[in-house]
Amino acid sequence: MRWMLGIKDIYVWLAYLLCILSSLLCVVYGLVTWNRGEEAIEPDDRRWAAEEKKVEEEL
Amino acid sequence: MLARAVGAPEITIVVVYLLVVGYLGWLGYRRTKTATDYMIAGRRIHPFVMAMSYGATFISTSAIVGFGGVAGMFGMSLLWLTFLNIFVGIFIAFVFLAGPTRHMGHRLDAHTFPELLGKRFESKFVQVFCGLVIFLFMPLYAAAVLIGGCEFISTNFHIGYEVALFVFSVIVAVYVVIGGLKGVMYTDALQGSIMFVGMVILLIGTYAILGGVGPAHDGLAKAGEAPNLFGGIGFRGWTSMPEFGWGEKLVPGKQPNPTGYDLWWIVVSTITLGVGIGVLAQPQLAVRFMTVKSKRELNRAVLVGGIFILTMTGVAFTVGALSNVYFKQHETVRGRLISLSGVGKKPAEWDWVIAKKERGLNLNKDGTLANPAIGPDEKSVPCVLMHLDTTGSGEADTHLVYKGYGGAAAIMPAASIEGLGEGEDVASRIGQQVVVHPRATAYTRAVVEKEGKWEFNGDSIIPMFITSAMPRWFGLLFLLTLLAAAMSTLSSQFHALGTSIGRDVYEQVTGRHGRGVAVTRIGIIIGIVIAVLISGYARGGYIIARATSIFFGLCASAFLPTFIGGLFFKRTTKAGAIASMVVGFVVTAFWLLFVKDQEARALGLCQALFNKRSLTMPLATPISPNWHVVDPIVVALPLSFRVAIVVSLLTRRPSEEQLARCFPSQAKTS
Repeated sequence: MRWMLGIKDIYVWLAYLLCILSSLLCVVYGLVTWNRGEEAIEPDDRRWAAEEKKVEEEL
Repeated sequence: MLARAVGAPEITIVVVYLLVVGYLGWLGYRRTKTATDYMIAGRRIHPFVMAMSYGATFISTSAIVGFGGVAGMFGMSLLWLTFLNIFVGIFIAFVFLAGPTRHMGHRLDAHTFPELLGKRFESKFVQVFCGLVIFLFMPLYAAAVLIGGCEFISTNFHIGYEVALFVFSVIVAVYVVIGGLKGVMYTDALQGSIMFVGMVILLIGTYAILGGVGPAHDGLAKAGEAPNLFGGIGFRGWTSMPEFGWGEKLVPGKQPNPTGYDLWWIVVSTITLGVGIGVLAQPQLAVRFMTVKSKRELNRAVLVGGIFILTMTGVAFTVGALSNVYFKQHETVRGRLISLSGVGKKPAEWDWVIAKKERGLNLNKDGTLANPAIGPDEKSVPCVLMHLDTTGSGEADTHLVYKGYGGAAAIMPAASIEGLGEGEDVASRIGQQVVVHPRATAYTRAVVEKEGKWEFNGDSIIPMFITSAMPRWFGLLFLLTLLAAAMSTLSSQFHALGTSIGRDVYEQVTGRHGRGVAVTRIGIIIGIVIAVLISGYARGGYIIARATSIFFGLCASAFLPTFIGGLFFKRTTKAGAIASMVVGFVVTAFWLLFVKDQEARALGLCQALFNKRSLTMPLATPISPNWHVVDPIVVALPLSFRVAIVVSLLTRRPSEEQLARCFPSQAKTS
């Protein structure tokens, strides 16, 4: 069957298809939520980042 | 010898690449453009950079060379793993786990994965235990990444594996120690971009060589109809799932086959589930989420990450499987026939190429050899090998199966030499230039020499395909792809390994907070040395995928219930977390030491304690069908989840103060 792209087994073809569909899901999700989820930087975030920087520099 | 095998262009390109990476690292250092600097400055990392950095850390030579080689052996059923890589490793991880991990990490001021769990459950034990598991087992995964790079260097540049290991280890060690540990996002993003370009060209090139998508898959399906080395364990072709079932496979008129469904369990439980689910509890990946400024960056990174992972593992697994069509139908090897070996009338004179290597595989119950022609710890196939010099160096650099003997003849390649008349002895061509059509499957094409013996090596499939099928310039690009893939992953692995022993174990046990840097550095050096030693010792079979699966599966079983419970369920208690981690670890360890045959035989404790190589398979024939190939994650992960739930329900709920620290919504209501 041409629509199966030469892949014999329906379960392997399904995996091939799901790989592409899940990538598309990621693309669509990324586009739809592109401008959503902006968060202000809280004091906790700054404190964490300062400590992380110290850890990195010591290393 | 190295300079002769690797020419000036190769050395120049690698040096230029390393200089660029070094320059970017230095630039990042000077301008302090690490992830944390962005956050301190209140600025955003571009989502492309974030996603590429995560992707480059996630995907390594293990995925491309190791799992790509397994796809060459077992086929496109591995695409289920790609699906999980994208759906679980990117979509679930970024959409559901990343935000809560970041919030909780920042609120609790946690900087490592064990520290996050330890602070969430107010438990020094959780942090120390988690740190120890990472420190002890991360070298196994790092070794898998190293082996992937070395196999390619060794094959592509016709140098010995040990030389490749030395060179690659030095490059990686210098990179890791000098600058790779700093989370310089742009370096990772550059490496991710190189990987992306390399894999796209590989996919297009492969389909072009094989005549397009449909014809390539058709060719693969047809090639899979021939008898195969893996037929006895349920292989049904490279475009089919292995045969599914449990127990002995019954075939009318034949003896029941106790291993007839093994391959399905290997592909699904070990190869697919271990890595596919284990990615959620990878210490080096989880900490990446903490470096993000807001949910918006994560949302945008999902877009880039989904495409990136499809291009990495999707391409590697598809090309790995398709390499069978190339090797069987298209490959032509030109060179001088240096020698033929394995020509003789007695089994002792044949070349026995190792197809499987495990303790006691060839021993009878009374300790005698089942097949006296081969060693006690191997299952080998009798062949005649051709040794060719394809580079003009005067030494044989390519080893091909000419034919198999007896029962092996049907499952081994039958190579042909152009111009060799019927009945003409192939030995008459020794010393002459020949044109050979190997007609091998990917696995039987991947013949390597190790310690004076011949072996089929699944980890050599992708390197051999690139070297044989693709143009020389692509070999160089692919070398950079693999260097990038290895370096980005290894630096984060060693960072996680070092901090786990320095910050999570040493500082917690001694109480000397902030004093663990020296221990971290020593830990990293120890980790590198152990990884290199494992890489030198453990080559063969498809060790890259197996080692990676063990680490990912262990992380899933030991950490995932605690991680998920800690992030999403306030009712998860310290006792529940500890019990779940211990059960997940102990069950996995028990399964690997005593039940899963391949690992139990290699580790040898079962042999020492019970005089059996594994509890399920004391001899070559299993006594309990299929359990000996079932991955520990199938048993350990559900068990550790249940233990986390039951023990949490039976113990006292965490204090409101602690929950308020961990969960912002709790803080608002309390």
